[in-house]
Amino acid sequence: MNVLLDHLPEFRDGFIGTVLLTAASALLAMVLGIVMAGFRVSPVPPLRFFGAAWVTLFRNTPLTLLFLVAWFVVPAVFGSGMNPWTKALLALGFYTSAFVCEAVRSGVSTVPLGQAEAARSLGMTFFQTLRMIVLPQATRTVIPPLSSIFIALTKNSAIAGAFSVTELFGVQKLLSDKGFAIAPIFLWVALGYLVVTFTISGLFRLLERRLEVAR
Amino acid sequence: MSSSVLYDAPGPNARVRNRIYTVVGSLLVLGLIGFAVFRLADRGYFAPEMWDIFNYAGVRTKIRDGILSTLLVFAVAAVLSLILGALLAVARLSDHRPVKAVATGFIELFRAIPLLITIYALWVLFLTYKDDLGFIGESSAYWALVIGLTVYNACVQAEVLRAGVNAVPKGQVEAAYALGLRKSQVMTMLLIPQAVRSMLPTIISQLVVTLKDTSLGYIITYAELLFAARMLANNTIVNDENPYVPVVIVVGIIYVAMCMALSSLATWIEKRGRRAKTGITPAAAAEPLEAPGVLDAGGGPLGPRVEGGPEGTDGPVGKKN
Repeated sequence: MNVLLDHLPEFRDGFIGTVLLTAASALLAMVLGIVMAGFRVSPVPPLRFFGAAWVTLFRNTPLTLLFLVAWFVVPAVFGSGMNPWTKALLALGFYTSAFVCEAVRSGVSTVPLGQAEAARSLGMTFFQTLRMIVLPQATRTVIPPLSSIFIALTKNSAIAGAFSVTELFGVQKLLSDKGFAIAPIFLWVALGYLVVTFTISGLFRLLERRLEVAR
Repeated sequence: MSSSVLYDAPGPNARVRNRIYTVVGSLLVLGLIGFAVFRLADRGYFAPEMWDIFNYAGVRTKIRDGILSTLLVFAVAAVLSLILGALLAVARLSDHRPVKAVATGFIELFRAIPLLITIYALWVLFLTYKDDLGFIGESSAYWALVIGLTVYNACVQAEVLRAGVNAVPKGQVEAAYALGLRKSQVMTMLLIPQAVRSMLPTIISQLVVTLKDTSLGYIITYAELLFAARMLANNTIVNDENPYVPVVIVVGIIYVAMCMALSSLATWIEKRGRRAKTGITPAAAAEPLEAPGVLDAGGGPLGPRVEGGPEGTDGPVGKKN
């Protein structure tokens, strides 16, 4: 308890850092993941291939390696003007986008083919079909896996702390380097992560309930 | 081609349009890759000297040692996590309330905490009590990594196994009890074998995660592949620069190759299992879901697909009941 009270600013900054990093990279992962899912279901072979290569590459690469890539290879390509936070954002966002892509893609492919055929036979245009028939159904199936992807993202963001980004793991590292007993620090930091992950799963459960329809 | 809900079989106009998109798309993708390669080449990262370092025996030995220590951690953690996972799954399915509560608490706790936090805490703990721990204290980074990986992955594997056990048709258990089998016999002869069989793709996919997570050893300075590579690049200077880019690329290829070999094994088993007519379809070769409580519904999102369910699903989706 004393460790928490005496170092409340560190813990608070760490907690905010974790929340911000998670939210920002979740956003990046959503955008990239949806684009890649679009590529993977598109009728254009090179884009499909690119999407598949993207997913295979990022799913089979350890996140720590991606952090090293962000730290050493990205500056070599784009110049070295990036701060650690942006690099961590890129590593986490790109890694998670592969999982988002797969979730979205399988969400789209769970919509029965007949639904779209019926929509087309009613004379709906492509975008009407997408907006009114396919997307609402796909969204509902995608929500449970997305929730777990973002929980995994929260936990993965801990690696950023090891690469000198202010977040909860950084706090654990900092305080244990200062010589405080590890057990209480561990408990408080773990509690911080639990708060974030339970918030995410709660939010998504709420979303799921609101979008639920009898099928 | 009309297998997608998103578009119809293309007519002549659409085919021409698709061909245009194909050309534009390929040019864009190639352009992106070309840009990266050009910039790297511009900085001199593709100079022959940069890549010549991999011809030295010392460099190769370091990378080989890195791979070996990565594989050593992976092998030990994989075996231990499967054993502990099976024990935790059985404990969580136990009829004895306290046993069940302890197992549930343990699983939920360690599944929700980032693995890195656990590993780091263990490492600091082992370093603090170095002298009292005997063989663990002597290689504290190794044991922190192995124990951390074991605990976390065992919790996930336990949940996977439990989902598999829950997916076994109830009639089989009732039949077994009717034949006079004890609970332990039902578990070992009936439930666990079928759970393992149907969940094998998911179990192997989680092993891929274990393999990827061995790279967390980098952070606690355990000399696994990534750390060895970083040290290698740190201590080498070619053309007045550290060869980070070539080393990261080579090590990346090694990691992707190792993980892809394991993932394709999972996919192969999934495809093979779908051919079998056992009535229990294997789970998709995807990582298990992480949300607390998501695995509770037997045959839920993670569970084996129900016969006659949506065709062509590629991920662990499906309506939660």
